[in-house]
Amino acid sequence: MRSEERLGWALSLPGLAVISAIAVFPIGWTAWESLHVHDLRMPWLGRPFVGLANYAEALSSPRFWDAMAHTAVFTAVTVTVELIGGLFLALIVDRISRGRDLVRTTVLLPWAIPTVVVALVWRFLFENPAGLVNAVLFRLGMSSPTWFADATAAWVPLMLADAWKMTPFVAVLLLAGLQSIDRSLYEAARIDGAGWGRQLTALTLPLLRPALLVAFIFRTLDAIRVFDVIYVMTGGGPGTATEPIALLTFSMLLQNLRFGFGAALSMIVFAVTFVLAVVFIRVLGRDALTGRVA
Amino acid sequence: MNVSRLLRVLGVVTVLAILLFPLYWMVTSSFTPEARIFGEPSVIPRTVVLDHYRALFGGRDFWRPIRNSLVVAGATTAVSVGLGVLCAYALARLQFRGKTVMLAFILGVSMFPQISIVSPLYLLLRELRLINTYPGLVLPYLTFAMPLTIWLLVGFFRQLPAELEEAALMDGAGRLRTLREIILPLAWPGLATAAILTFLYCWNEFLFALSFTLGPERYTVPVAIALFRGQYQVPWGEILAAAVVATLPVALLVLVAQRRIVAGLTAGAVKG
Repeated sequence: MRSEERLGWALSLPGLAVISAIAVFPIGWTAWESLHVHDLRMPWLGRPFVGLANYAEALSSPRFWDAMAHTAVFTAVTVTVELIGGLFLALIVDRISRGRDLVRTTVLLPWAIPTVVVALVWRFLFENPAGLVNAVLFRLGMSSPTWFADATAAWVPLMLADAWKMTPFVAVLLLAGLQSIDRSLYEAARIDGAGWGRQLTALTLPLLRPALLVAFIFRTLDAIRVFDVIYVMTGGGPGTATEPIALLTFSMLLQNLRFGFGAALSMIVFAVTFVLAVVFIRVLGRDALTGRVA
Repeated sequence: MNVSRLLRVLGVVTVLAILLFPLYWMVTSSFTPEARIFGEPSVIPRTVVLDHYRALFGGRDFWRPIRNSLVVAGATTAVSVGLGVLCAYALARLQFRGKTVMLAFILGVSMFPQISIVSPLYLLLRELRLINTYPGLVLPYLTFAMPLTIWLLVGFFRQLPAELEEAALMDGAGRLRTLREIILPLAWPGLATAAILTFLYCWNEFLFALSFTLGPERYTVPVAIALFRGQYQVPWGEILAAAVVATLPVALLVLVAQRRIVAGLTAGAVKG
């Protein structure tokens, strides 16, 4: 037993060391950096210690609170749409017997292609004034908003693109959950006279709860760090009307080169994710870590 | 009975059509002359030209970002599978104190928002003179690739039957020899899945590549496409052609390995 203990550590240490060096150590560095003024455009200022001044600046800036609100709304809407859409997609795919492979490939494609490509394709579909969506709306006799110049309408293609890419991912997770449900339960329910709706609410949804929970957690943690799709499609615009917290942080770091302030924003993003992750892991329970089906 | 079946088939077909249409539109538009891209929309293209693809590989030298992406994604995948397989075997099959904490730690790191480590990684890479180099992308990529690979492999190792391993141990083969001669040959489908998924994530990665490269000579495919600029207007034809090219390897992987990808996604998520 002792030698197994030693071997266990020996085999896992290289991997853990790499993860610690490149992921955990930088978080500590970010925390330290966030307590300083460090402006790469003004190297003569040095890197003076300023305590919590960067955090105070962030918390008193309207642009910060706007970015937080944008992130929250984006997360709430897309996660809701993707869970409902994914459930619907999983339910209809679950029932088909022929052409399963074709269906699976089709469902996986949007998830697998680069987010940058997804963002550009949807930008192209909604492009003003002659994109496909506008052309279709025009034929139907409807006027279309100036999508990317409108602070509210710009969210529509953004959220649609995200939902188009990630709903299939949710469906794949839920499909695995559905296929682990014992079919004879439905047989029994049918004999008891339960209709389609009753089977869904009394049987499928409760049994699908773990899979739904996992999908919800994955999507939420992913959506609150949204960056790629917004950077490419709207650049956070018009103005800063669609700017999420990750994009604000990126601009402060690599465009304004304000590393101290950017690090403070990074720490806030990290803290929010961390708290949510801890809550979620609690909800999932220890089973997820010890290998029993969650 | 037949009507409900017909309705279901129609439903599936409609949903699939909705999912595929944006991709179809991307492909047909990439073969449409620039002047007609925003003309009267038609589902079946009227004229097909290769202009955009010629411009992409001629004028823009799109081979360069493709090469960069292949090198970075390939190297990251090799390193994380190589190191991850030992770590995952220990975590899945050996009994030792601190194991659960390690798993929680790896799961926690996989939930890290990338943006929160951009600033120190940038300063670190600048100090090491690795900005705008291949290692300067592989190192940051390992931050998400390692936890992903380990997590997937732990799931696969747990599914292997314990009996074979026990028999080998009884026969006096050491743990390492058992791993090399019994476990690895059995686990190669798991290794392939982990490698495919890691490669996909690296191929699609955007934020780190945008942050740690400075010019076209090191841009990866997503960065090169996102930063496309025309002289006077947005060169949609070329952008869409590039989008098609960026999608091709991914589509191929999905076609070849869809079963494995689904197994990997669900093993990583549903089974913990």
